[in-house]
Amino acid sequence: MEASLFYSQLLNGLQLGLLLFLLASGLTLIFGVMDFIHLSHGSFYMLGAYFCGSVVAWSGSFLLGVVAGVAASFVVGAAVEYLVARPLYRRNHLDHVLVTFGLILVFDSLVQILWGTAGMAIALPDVLTGQVELGSVVFPVYRLVIIASGLAVAFGLYLLVGKTRLGMLIRAGASNRAMVEALGVDIDRLFLYVFALGGALAGLAGLLIAPITGASSGMGTDILIVAFVVCIIGGIGSVKGAFYAALILGLLDTLSRAYLDTLLGLMMPVYYAETAAPAISAMLIYLLMALVLAFRPQGLFPPAIQQA
Amino acid sequence: MISKPLRAALLGALITACSVARTEPVKIGFVTTLTTPAAVIGEDMQRSVELALEHLGQKMGGLDVELLVEDDGFKPDVGKQKTDKLVKQDDVDFVAGYIWSHVLLASYQSVVRADKFLISANAGPSMIAGRRCHPNFFSTSWQNDQTPMAMGEYLNREGVQSLYIMAPNYAAGKDMVRGVESTFKGQVIGKDLTKWGADAQLDFSAELAKARASGAEAIFVFYPGKAGGAFIQQYQQAGLRGKLPLYTVFTVDALSLPKLQQGRLEGVLGSKNTLHWSPDLDVPANRRFVNDFLQKHDQYPSFYGAQAYDAIMLINSAVEAVDGNLTDKDGIRKALKAADYPSLRGAYRYGNNHMPIQNFYLREVVADASGRWTTRIVETVYQDHQDPYAAQCRM
Repeated sequence: MEASLFYSQLLNGLQLGLLLFLLASGLTLIFGVMDFIHLSHGSFYMLGAYFCGSVVAWSGSFLLGVVAGVAASFVVGAAVEYLVARPLYRRNHLDHVLVTFGLILVFDSLVQILWGTAGMAIALPDVLTGQVELGSVVFPVYRLVIIASGLAVAFGLYLLVGKTRLGMLIRAGASNRAMVEALGVDIDRLFLYVFALGGALAGLAGLLIAPITGASSGMGTDILIVAFVVCIIGGIGSVKGAFYAALILGLLDTLSRAYLDTLLGLMMPVYYAETAAPAISAMLIYLLMALVLAFRPQGLFPPAIQQA
Repeated sequence: MISKPLRAALLGALITACSVARTEPVKIGFVTTLTTPAAVIGEDMQRSVELALEHLGQKMGGLDVELLVEDDGFKPDVGKQKTDKLVKQDDVDFVAGYIWSHVLLASYQSVVRADKFLISANAGPSMIAGRRCHPNFFSTSWQNDQTPMAMGEYLNREGVQSLYIMAPNYAAGKDMVRGVESTFKGQVIGKDLTKWGADAQLDFSAELAKARASGAEAIFVFYPGKAGGAFIQQYQQAGLRGKLPLYTVFTVDALSLPKLQQGRLEGVLGSKNTLHWSPDLDVPANRRFVNDFLQKHDQYPSFYGAQAYDAIMLINSAVEAVDGNLTDKDGIRKALKAADYPSLRGAYRYGNNHMPIQNFYLREVVADASGRWTTRIVETVYQDHQDPYAAQCRM
């Protein structure tokens, strides 16, 4: 009995980690390649969920909703890059923060105007609402779908970043942007793709989690901080770093929520353990970030050559 | 030349004429949440308040009513700021509202210390019911512990021996847990207090896995707002319907049910919850309120709305009792304490701590005649129940 609980918690941690990876991979690319602090990344996460929800409600097909959500976030990402980010690359980080923070407020209000304040629930097709039994572990089918999608995207990114020309340009841009520009690469086009790709990944993460937690207008900001923590721990600009850091954080968060109260209960009265455990497990990812910054500030898997 | 007695008579007539008619309106400040996803609750309360004023003809005791609605943004510090503004800058006569216990706890001193009246239309923290009670504080809702106490009592009657508990880690969450533990006679096998606040935890995968593995006979849950919808979705996706019966407080209501129905989450149908009110409660004022609300907004009002409606009616009864003389604070206090108004829950009285002594019902989630999901009263759990903190209040 205990073993099957542990395995199901491992799967939960894996699912959370992969979801974080989807969000953090785009963010780390945008920050690493373009040196642009993109606070409104969470807004793409939210838009992907809402667009998917609307299309599912209108067409009844979840697959169509997924395609629509990803496509919409891609397009919005490209639009934001062209209209908002591009004029600001040469400015300092504070300007990026101010503008993208303003964008967060704009998107949140826009979503409330277009879809109302109550949020949205996304109905899953019946085939995805069941549970699957893996040995003694009973696990929701849909969470397995999220794990599978996350792994597929991770593999796709690995191929893209490692084996294609675009990927090579992305890696080069993350390592030394000035040199890439000097070598005559159309940096504007590269940045547009990176930004839009990041937006699409965030949108995918949003529409994947929405059938579990619902879509609401604050959902992007809630998870954005954790995505930034993942980027910092993994190493800014490194998709590999984001992958491992996301998995570590996902497992750490889930396992601490699952076992910390029992663990603390061995050392102190149960009442204190019950109140302290959720507070501590919420802090753990930030503690890890502090440790990484103290002992290995460039992150666990930083890109090969640092920016000058 | 006017003689002395005539001058005195004229002066007396002039003074009397000046003090006759008070034409200033009754000023009511209403603090609720209008931003963040919890705005759906504030919207419901605001609609109910507006309906109440409509039913009163926009007048209380012959005076006009000026309603000032403020947004606490789900934050205690913002709630306190807005309360201070209402009390000091706008000089309101009554402050009502307050969804969240932690916002109320931060704000109520500002109101009662200025000798103004605070009517809580939702939050009922144990501290204000007990040691920190105040003569100017009144509630048209309940004390937080009462509703889960009713649930614990019902679980005993059903013969449930073991329970798993989940609630958010904040003042009201802890009150709910304490409430159910105080009456439930079986064993609490597991408990999870999850992260709460603006970035509340919405993914309960780890906790639900623990709940399933614990072997408990039932699960008791308190998740107001969007966390409730998320929990029910995951409860169903984990296949727990039928395996771990669901008992909730303040989680399933007229605000979450439409979304749950949209998401086809039938796991919530048949689940049980306890509350002092239900849209189908057979009280004339309630039938009128629910019908008018349904007609106007095409959805059932929530208990938040019903409590807000009652707050306006309670204030009206006090203003009428003092004939519009709002400077008669003692008269207003006495009238508020009498609770002599047509409440949507039926007649009730106030305890020494100004918390209602009222019935609590067991409700079940069902589809109504038109297929819309709502709650329906099954039985009465408590009659004229008083909260457990009244003895600690020295009033």
